[in-house]
Amino acid sequence: MATRAGGAKRFSQDEKRRDSDHVSFLRHRGFRWLWIALALSGVSLLGYALIDQQPRPNGGSWYGYTLGTIGLGLIIWLSLLGVRKRRINPGAWSLKAWTSAHVYLGLSLVVVGTLHTGFQIGWNVHTLAYVLMLLVIATGIYGVIAYATLPASLSANRKEMTRAQMLDALTAIDRQLESAAQPLGRDQADLVIAALAQDSFAGGAISRITGRYPRCATARALAGVGEASDAAARVHTLLAKRAEQLAQIRGALRIRALLEIWLFIHIPLTIALIAALIAHVVSVFFYW
Amino acid sequence: MSGTFKVAIIGSGPAGLSAAARAAALGLSHVLLEKTDHLSDTIYKYQKGKHVMATPSNLVLRSDVDFEAGKRETILGVWDEQIEGHNVNVKYHAEAKAIRGTGDAIPGSVQQIVMRARDGTRTVKEIQRHAPPYAIELTNGETVMAENVILAIGTQGNPNRMRCPGADLPHVQYQLDDPAEYVDEHIIIVGTGDAGIENARGLAEDPAQRNTVSILNRGTEFPTAKDANVKALMADHEAGKLMIRTESETKSIEPGFITLTTRDGELRIPCDRIIARIGSAPPRMFVEECGIEFSSEDRTAFPKLSPVFESTAPGIFVIGALAGYPLIKHCMNQGHDVIEFINGNTELKPADEPIIVEKFKDLPGSRSTDEWLEFLRTNVSILNGMNPLQMREFMLDSTARHFRPGEVIFERNAPGSSLFGIASGSVAVEVNPADPSITIPIEAGSIFGEVGLISGRRRGATIRAAEDTIVVEISRLAALKLQSQVPAAKKAIERISIERQLLQMFGSGLTREDVAPLVDSAKVEEKRAGEIVVTEGADDKDVFIVRRGSMIVEKAIGTRPVFLSYLPAGSYFGEMAVIDGSSRTATVKTAIKSEVIRLPGEGFLELLERNPALRERALKDMAGRRATTTFIESRKDEFSGAVDLYSETAQFLVDNGIGEATDVLLIDEKLCIGCDNCEKACADSHDGLSRLDREAGRTYAHLHVPTSCRHCEHPHCMADCPPNAIKRGPDGEVFIDETCIGCGNCQRNCPYGVIRMDAKPPKKPSLLEWMLFGSGPGPGEAPYGWRKKEAEKEATPKAKLAIKCDMCSGIDGGPACVRACPTGAAIRVAPDKFLTFTKLAEDAE
Repeated sequence: MATRAGGAKRFSQDEKRRDSDHVSFLRHRGFRWLWIALALSGVSLLGYALIDQQPRPNGGSWYGYTLGTIGLGLIIWLSLLGVRKRRINPGAWSLKAWTSAHVYLGLSLVVVGTLHTGFQIGWNVHTLAYVLMLLVIATGIYGVIAYATLPASLSANRKEMTRAQMLDALTAIDRQLESAAQPLGRDQADLVIAALAQDSFAGGAISRITGRYPRCATARALAGVGEASDAAARVHTLLAKRAEQLAQIRGALRIRALLEIWLFIHIPLTIALIAALIAHVVSVFFYW
Repeated sequence: MSGTFKVAIIGSGPAGLSAAARAAALGLSHVLLEKTDHLSDTIYKYQKGKHVMATPSNLVLRSDVDFEAGKRETILGVWDEQIEGHNVNVKYHAEAKAIRGTGDAIPGSVQQIVMRARDGTRTVKEIQRHAPPYAIELTNGETVMAENVILAIGTQGNPNRMRCPGADLPHVQYQLDDPAEYVDEHIIIVGTGDAGIENARGLAEDPAQRNTVSILNRGTEFPTAKDANVKALMADHEAGKLMIRTESETKSIEPGFITLTTRDGELRIPCDRIIARIGSAPPRMFVEECGIEFSSEDRTAFPKLSPVFESTAPGIFVIGALAGYPLIKHCMNQGHDVIEFINGNTELKPADEPIIVEKFKDLPGSRSTDEWLEFLRTNVSILNGMNPLQMREFMLDSTARHFRPGEVIFERNAPGSSLFGIASGSVAVEVNPADPSITIPIEAGSIFGEVGLISGRRRGATIRAAEDTIVVEISRLAALKLQSQVPAAKKAIERISIERQLLQMFGSGLTREDVAPLVDSAKVEEKRAGEIVVTEGADDKDVFIVRRGSMIVEKAIGTRPVFLSYLPAGSYFGEMAVIDGSSRTATVKTAIKSEVIRLPGEGFLELLERNPALRERALKDMAGRRATTTFIESRKDEFSGAVDLYSETAQFLVDNGIGEATDVLLIDEKLCIGCDNCEKACADSHDGLSRLDREAGRTYAHLHVPTSCRHCEHPHCMADCPPNAIKRGPDGEVFIDETCIGCGNCQRNCPYGVIRMDAKPPKKPSLLEWMLFGSGPGPGEAPYGWRKKEAEKEATPKAKLAIKCDMCSGIDGGPACVRACPTGAAIRVAPDKFLTFTKLAEDAE
């Protein structure tokens, strides 16, 4: 059992939490990290413009090293978000603040990193690191847009159902379909059996992201089972219900895939970036 | 019949069998009556393999029968063996129907039984008590004679019986042990609770049994059953496995047939078996008819008992859960003790003596335990009405403490629902937080802390000892018990709380003399959830104080009601109409079940006239409220949609229990990306099990109330916790401590379904090991399969205990769910701060 030493500190922490405005990671603390990132970018730009670098602006000048060190430090720190979000204790910090800082400081790397190159681009490991960094940032921008726009549709699609409940509802419909389809003829029964047999997750990555399932057996059964007899009409209604339930499940899968897919690029690219950075730093010092 | 026993023990639960074993050991002539064919039916009916706990751990077991924590099967096995070993005279299938004295009528000893009908009318039945020996009539027609009777029947009660003609036929049954037993039958299930539905589904499950199963529903809904059960039943009905007969009731039963009253008239259908699952009746009626008086009419009251467990019927003793002791160890000790008392042992000290001694050991002055108990009982006025046994029991849930002059007893804003009684010395209340030097004294004999007890909210003022002071701190549970046992104490607490609430409401300007007339004319009224207290446009003129619960204020603007504000306990309302003589400007209704203090308008006006400062303050408050109304009205003109949405959102939150919450988790689904990091952080902060279910729960306008503890002002989970393990912690959190016995009462009592029963899982490999080598299940709650597999490797299996949110008590930074949300979707709020226009209408993005 944890110690029950609450006291004044925890009470004021709690009161602050209960009083605080309810804002997203982007607006956290009145855009605190946006301003810090803008200041960092501004100062870097100002330095680049005002400091006379000889023979020309270059990653190897003292100012170039400064920018490089800041950039490297930022990249390492930004990549630690992956650890942070999985390790909530100890420490009185909030992941929202970290995400906010991650987004804005990550964007400021475009300025810091670009100035560090001194606009010297070539076919080498240094430029590789730079390009990887820009790609990581680009995927990150997609992530921010996804996080800002998709949750509302995820919520609307859910209609207060949990994922488990959606699957349960499908199972319940399937049970009814199975007995309702007994009086059907061979051809129509086969269509229903095919619909029931098909894995509701089948379709592959493209289907999952687009939400289009051209090989959907339920859609085919719906088209094939008319409403000629009472039994067929009952099966038809159930198939329509099944199609609707499938659409909800697929909608949830699609939105979640859109919310997550960029991470499958963002994170491997980050690892590649760190590898390229190591190569970049080692080679720079080797050829000093 | 075999003569008259010295003692007959009814009920073979832990209390009864311990008593029987003691009687057997002492060689008393005895009989143990058990209505089923096995011992200890309540524990027998526990789930297979359930781990039974033995708390409180500091209480020694004093019984001829062994008991220690372990599996249900092991415990029952030990008991069966030892009861046989002691040569206890057990009579199975012996269900007592009535107990009456066969001796002379006891002069002046008349038992009054108050019976309340459904329509609220009361009738009083009088029973003349007769002296022992007692005749115990059994349902099978036999009679058992005994000089002393020990009632150890627990609180489980008996199933409600059907009452239509033919209900006593043998094919009407009240239990279903094995659904596979019946084939080729027409079976009717009566009762649409979970038990009835589960039975019906069980009987219809396997088509090979060829049963024709129908379930009768008096109406068309299934309000008392779990949603999942109802859905499954509906699906079975649609699939033709069984039949739901709605709007149907039983009219009569005959062999082979049943006649139903339905919407379309009477219907006679074949029926080979009727299974009635229509709830169970508490044993109170039976107990009262034995001549045993209860301490009050309160539904939760216990029988009146002497220090040796003797009831108001001489020679009938009550022990165990029926006497108010639900824990197995207490029951077994009482079984032992009561036989010793009956056998003439007057020297025996109760087994809890060491616990009580411990309670007084730090107090100054050398008094014996009995002297201390008497000291508290006589000095604290609300305790005067208790007897020594009650006082002992009371002390088990209370603590006596000594404070030096100036020492803080509790601080303003600290959570706390205990009540304090001053046994000697006095205390000073710091009424003005800005200036601690302004204090009001409370003298010896009186109480304080009652506002926390009644409203369930934080302490309103800091209280210090003014001199050397001894107080008794009465836990919430003990205070509730005290009020139900001693009506005078209830009245005294009520009066003091009204007086203090009035004084507190208007700052420090008033004295007790000022408010005395108002206190005399004040009335406490209980209000149901959603009940209207004040109606907009009405001309009544009373002023109200919210004593417990909370209110919402609404005003009809246009055609629809608009939510104006939320009033927590401690606020007052209704003063506007009194002060300016207008009709009511808004409707006030309860958000949850509440209590209000009604103050007559004239009395309130008089008070204002005598105190100009108070009048000024009331006018200022009034102006503030008017400003809110005007603000929202002006918004309504410009942004009608926003105001409607705000009103509806507020109503949605109130409907979902926010009105009784102190700190509740909400999720803004415009920001929630569904990553479940909140659940993972919760599991990782608490022994690897998540105490919240993000997806489950209701949503309105993208505001989602997940399944997670609201830390209610008056927690439902605390209502019936045998070891009293659910408490409110220093940060205001409601938590379950390590004395939990895993009974599941709290889980059943929580209306929000936030308590789960689970065993603490084994430790996971560290985060680093998972990240680098992929060992273990990773962050968050481990899947069930992993937990089960790992748990099997451990030597001793762990019991399933109740787990719930403790608001990350003791963790720096506060609730992990909120801290772990990457987008700011998860917030924890308090209703009085959140149910306002600015908060609800703000856009988070």
